[in-house]
Amino acid sequence: MRSQLDRTEKLLIVGLPILIALGFILPEWIVNYIQVSLGTGLVALGVMIQMRAGLVSFGQGLYFCIGGYAAGMAGKFLGISDIFLLLACGLIASVTIAFAAGFLLRRYREIFFAMLSLALSMILFGLLSKLEMLGSTDGFNLPSATYLGWAPEGDTAKHALYVATCIPTIICAFLLNRYLRSPMGYIGEALRENEIRLEYLGTSAHRAVHIKYVIAAGVSGIGGVLWALALGHVDPEMTNWTTSGQFVFISILSGTGNIVAPLFGTFILEIVRVYAVELSPNTWQMILGTLMLLTIIFLPRGLWSLIQEKKHAKKSGGEK
Amino acid sequence: MSTILETVNLERTFGAVVAASNINIKISAGEILGVIGSNGAGKTTFVNMVTGYLKPSSGKILYRGEDITGKPTRDITRLGICRSFQIPQLFLELPVIDNIIIALTIAKEVKPSLLKPAITPEIVDEAMEILKRFEVAQYAESEVGVLAQGIRKLVDIAMATVNNPDLLFLDEPTSGVSAEEKIQIMDVLMAALKTTKTAVLFIEHDMEIVEKYAPRVAAFYEGTILADGPTGEVLDDPKVREFVIGTEFHRKVEENQVGGSV
Repeated sequence: MRSQLDRTEKLLIVGLPILIALGFILPEWIVNYIQVSLGTGLVALGVMIQMRAGLVSFGQGLYFCIGGYAAGMAGKFLGISDIFLLLACGLIASVTIAFAAGFLLRRYREIFFAMLSLALSMILFGLLSKLEMLGSTDGFNLPSATYLGWAPEGDTAKHALYVATCIPTIICAFLLNRYLRSPMGYIGEALRENEIRLEYLGTSAHRAVHIKYVIAAGVSGIGGVLWALALGHVDPEMTNWTTSGQFVFISILSGTGNIVAPLFGTFILEIVRVYAVELSPNTWQMILGTLMLLTIIFLPRGLWSLIQEKKHAKKSGGEK
Repeated sequence: MSTILETVNLERTFGAVVAASNINIKISAGEILGVIGSNGAGKTTFVNMVTGYLKPSSGKILYRGEDITGKPTRDITRLGICRSFQIPQLFLELPVIDNIIIALTIAKEVKPSLLKPAITPEIVDEAMEILKRFEVAQYAESEVGVLAQGIRKLVDIAMATVNNPDLLFLDEPTSGVSAEEKIQIMDVLMAALKTTKTAVLFIEHDMEIVEKYAPRVAAFYEGTILADGPTGEVLDDPKVREFVIGTEFHRKVEENQVGGSV
């Protein structure tokens, strides 16, 4: 039987054990950054799949926050600490809300889609900032994760959480890659270019947007849960416009050419931020801004385009 | 031949402007019908109404006896009524073959899959067959945006035919291409459509094309059908000559006839 796995899927399958092994080899501070990056990377993936359809979400923090808060509230009010249940809570909450909001958002495109998504995220920001029950602007802490009754402690807990972050992230990336290769994924690409033609081919552009929006929300919700567990804390900043802007930044920096790109892009951004703060504690944002500017000018298709160009050059070289 | 499409007193108004009025037309299976008329005569409005892009203000559209008035475009496409556009509606940044593959995957799946790969060797072969039929296979890997208008027109029509429609509307299939290319394009697309039993309604301004390819013609004028019948009769109709095609065309035809007899 012919393998239906493409190169990205093979890379993800091979990459998972390597990623897990790195958690035991690399210094703790880098492992922490990788772990946090995987959580936010999933949200960037959500932004990226929407961007491929020409939809820029300036409010993806909404589902990042919903995922994190759903897990946090399940722990705080229901005493749930099992990671599988927490992931399920985050996923169900984000998908349910996205499904409802999708009926509104699927009718809008371009700046209107961007601003509406931002508006929804800022409504939640305002709400959470005022809710004393959920810690207002300070947020609240999450319990340590348990795994089907197993409650590791110390370094074992750190490693277990790291592994438990890597596995869902890679599974989500794999499934998203499958989605982008599927007929529905192709319809998403077509959506960016010509909705009239899509309707005349016999499919609903609104439905395609809705599905994409819900999928993006689902992965962002899972990202929110993993990020919240890694930090052990949630607060309304998760849905602030600056957080959402960061996800757009990552997608532009990394490019939309491959599902792996935003995962790398998030890690690169985290590392650049660390060094930028160290180099210039008061004006580190300027360094990030310059990076963004240079990316847009010299690499409009993001860092991934460097790899794509190399691949094309190799291919055309081989053809000669 | 059985009637597949019938419109009854179809009307569309935009405020005080009557874009189409009292449109009564019947199209039979496998028939080829040319539609002529000056700009603003209501030809495209008629196509837009039948294909669900515009809702008629009044009247009925019957497709195989079923009332399809006001149905969404995608439902009408699924019933077997497809169209191409005056300005080709394509996915410009994608290669030609991807355009056809997208059309094929949508045609094959009412609810497209989320996890099954869209590109399979079978679907690529099928897409290539379609491109060969329309003689554009050599452009399969080219991005549509860089292609000439004539090629785009053929790709646009090829996309409209992937689900083997019963009725195909071609909105000015030769507009924006050179005079030499016009006949070439029409020959290619008529040969491609010959293998199917698709009824074709094409809107055209070039009377030579209409005479050559359409056995029946409907002439539109100010939102109504001025004449409908065999091509020769309609083109000779004094009202059609006065209001739709003008005397220029007839002088040209007569000159050609004189030239031919010498």
